[in-house]
Amino acid sequence: MTVKTPIYLDYAATCPVDQRVVDQMVPFFTQAYGNAASRTHAFGWTAEEAVERAREQVAQTIGAEPKELTFTSGATESNNLAIKGIAEYLHEQGDHVITVVTEHKAVLDTCKHLERQGKRVTYLPVDAQGLVTAQQVADAITDETVLVSVMFANNETGVIQPIAEIGKVCHDRKVLFHTDAVQAFGKVPIDVQAMNIDLLSMSAHKIYGPKGVGGLYVRRRKPRVRLAPQIHGGGHERGNRSGTLNVPAIVGFGAAAEIARQGMGEESVRIAALRNRLRDRLREEVQHVTLNGSEEHVLPGTLNMSFSYIEGESLLMALKDVALSSGSACTSASLEPSYVLRAMGLDDELAHSSLRMTIGRFTTQEEVDYVVELIGKHVTRLRDMSPLWEMVQEGIDLNSIQWTAH
Amino acid sequence: MAYSDKVIDHYENPRNVGSLDKGDESVGTGVVGAPACGDVMKLQIKVEGGVITDAKFKTYGCGSAIASSSLVTEWVKGMKIEDAMEIKNSQIAEELSLPPVKIHCSVLAEDAIKAAIVDYQKKHGGA
Repeated sequence: MTVKTPIYLDYAATCPVDQRVVDQMVPFFTQAYGNAASRTHAFGWTAEEAVERAREQVAQTIGAEPKELTFTSGATESNNLAIKGIAEYLHEQGDHVITVVTEHKAVLDTCKHLERQGKRVTYLPVDAQGLVTAQQVADAITDETVLVSVMFANNETGVIQPIAEIGKVCHDRKVLFHTDAVQAFGKVPIDVQAMNIDLLSMSAHKIYGPKGVGGLYVRRRKPRVRLAPQIHGGGHERGNRSGTLNVPAIVGFGAAAEIARQGMGEESVRIAALRNRLRDRLREEVQHVTLNGSEEHVLPGTLNMSFSYIEGESLLMALKDVALSSGSACTSASLEPSYVLRAMGLDDELAHSSLRMTIGRFTTQEEVDYVVELIGKHVTRLRDMSPLWEMVQEGIDLNSIQWTAH
Repeated sequence: MAYSDKVIDHYENPRNVGSLDKGDESVGTGVVGAPACGDVMKLQIKVEGGVITDAKFKTYGCGSAIASSSLVTEWVKGMKIEDAMEIKNSQIAEELSLPPVKIHCSVLAEDAIKAAIVDYQKKHGGA
């Protein structure tokens, strides 16, 4: 069996657009190209109908009402709108926001922006599994707290936070609860009612939709959530987000959400089986591997592992026919290893040695098996040229050595 | 990030990977870097009559770090130790066309050869 390369194992970064989605989008570029805000002619009406249908499709995926959905340019904007929008709107009520150290930069950098404006932010730590508890959230809430923002599932490890429990704490304490659900949306069941979620960020391109479009769920009842818009203009999206709607992208977002919702049960079983195969076979074939993050509370398609005594980027270089990502500093502009893995207590060496592999709709078992063999082969080769591996073979404790930091 | 052809060549076909007997009087060993920083280089030289007759390396690090140490072992073979002491990281960076974020890899390789020479000199009663 020959496998076609390159192999894509980076579905957490982005996905190909599903052909069924593309097919639904195409007419809205050249035929039904109206502005959804044009009320005076059929071009506008057609566009508006398509947008409203997409709004229903997306809302249904999370158990929301269509009116509770605001379309945005993507999840980064959704996170900005949710966090800044609430902090600004509720500034008379309090100036405190709670979040978690392992959040995506779109949340962390937004929170840092709030701090520069004089607001206070609590960054909750996570345990070795990458998890935060509802009790930690409860303990951090004060009379000044206006918002709790905890991601649904982590982008690097796939670890799923106890969202329903945190939602209940927030609901009981009457603090708004936002979740960045970019990685979880369309992959695992989400119910904003049962989970007491007040605001939820999502993105189309992580679920086989187009890039450049996303959404923010904003609860309308019990409580009615209001926020300060961050983009002003024509009052589109009930004033939450101005700007001409990207109709073809929104249609694609809706189509992708509907496919994800209908196929979720079957697809998540298939993808989890492939992920488990990849995990289990790597454990068998390669010594000294560590799973990063909870094995139980995790998205179906995500696998993050460290391969001790070799550096992540050099392994990526060997796996040039496979698209995946590393927590190694060398792959980031900052030259710091993954802050997510370090927050879980991983030492820097293991963070440098980590790979994130994410499986998706179009991954095959042949691809998984090919990647296992390729990784096994190159880990052996790279360990043969690793001075750390040599020292470990000689029985030297690496922690006993005085290293020269540089 | 795109790698230069020379980095890829040294990474895929590293020269002189291995170890020399560090107890041997004619061998100098340099170990530089730290696992926490993402790179550790071990560079060893065998010196006979003031000339480096063999060199070996092992590197934990990114492709550029592996290539930098591989290149240095290639260069120093046949060199007098005084000349090897003069190798500059900028020469390594230039030869491998390292981008600015990878300059530290060439610095580490320079440190590694210097450390190996100093170790050899120590065995022979200092510099």
